Amino acid sequence: MARVVVDVMPKPEILDPQGKAVHGALPRLGFEGVSDVRQGKRFELELVGEVTDDRLAEVHQMAQTLLSNPVIENFTVRVVDA
Amino acid sequence: MRIGVVTFPGSLDDVDAARAVRLAGGEPVALWHGDHDLKDVDAVVLPGGFSYGDYLRCGAISRFSPVMTDLVERARGGMPLLGICNGFQILCESHLLPGALIRNDHRKFGCLDQRLRIENTATVWTSAYDEGAQVTIVLKNGEGCFVADEPTLDRLEGEGRVVARYLGDNPNGSLRGIAGVTNERGNVVGLMPHPEHAVEDLCGPGTDGLGFFTSVLGALV
Repeated sequence: MARVVVDVMPKPEILDPQGKAVHGALPRLGFEGVSDVRQGKRFELELVGEVTDDRLAEVHQMAQTLLSNPVIENFTVRVVDA
Repeated sequence: MRIGVVTFPGSLDDVDAARAVRLAGGEPVALWHGDHDLKDVDAVVLPGGFSYGDYLRCGAISRFSPVMTDLVERARGGMPLLGICNGFQILCESHLLPGALIRNDHRKFGCLDQRLRIENTATVWTSAYDEGAQVTIVLKNGEGCFVADEPTLDRLEGEGRVVARYLGDNPNGSLRGIAGVTNERGNVVGLMPHPEHAVEDLCGPGTDGLGFFTSVLGALV
């Protein structure tokens, strides 16, 4: 078994109202010194068997097709220890 | 004229959309998200709501439902397809329409009678309107902020593919005030406001929305 993590983030030029809301809440709680917050999504995929280049290419395909919307989001794929 | 209305798990406005079709003079046909059967319909409406609970992204799961795989192909072949609110989100996720819809810039759910200008009357869903017509239609959304990159926005405006634009204050932060767009062929239209809620004087802000449903009947004759 191997764990692959896909991080999905709104593109820098896309407005992120949720990140803005979190950013606005921090000073109200007394947390200072945060100049911006962007909110994204993290997917943890448990793969069956070995992680090969082909399998990773497939994860990229999943990320591009379903996990992210390439119009508004970027993603990264990385293998982590399960 | 048989107009299909798809029901997804979480659709809210499928019954209103079917009622609008009937009031316009068409025959509404209920379609189910899990079927490949389009029941010989001539056109289809994707209604508003929160299909699949808006999980992942609005419309992201619905896009891969069985009925959508057939619909995307038929729409590419020219069948009229109207997506309202959540339906618009599904059309963008399906890449039948450009851009995407994200959370309103002010982060609040908006529900109001919205004034719009109809800017393209050449689509099969807007031919009943006069160009530049100002109409009032219900708008209710939490994620109705239309975004696309600058070249796409320029192309949409240059090709006259902005179907409707918000008048007055921008209600959700949509870039360039865009409320609805069409594909190159003019058979697929996505609209954030709800014309199916403006088809009777008794409820809603009047009957300005009826034109979307009479337009397609005219186009199919």
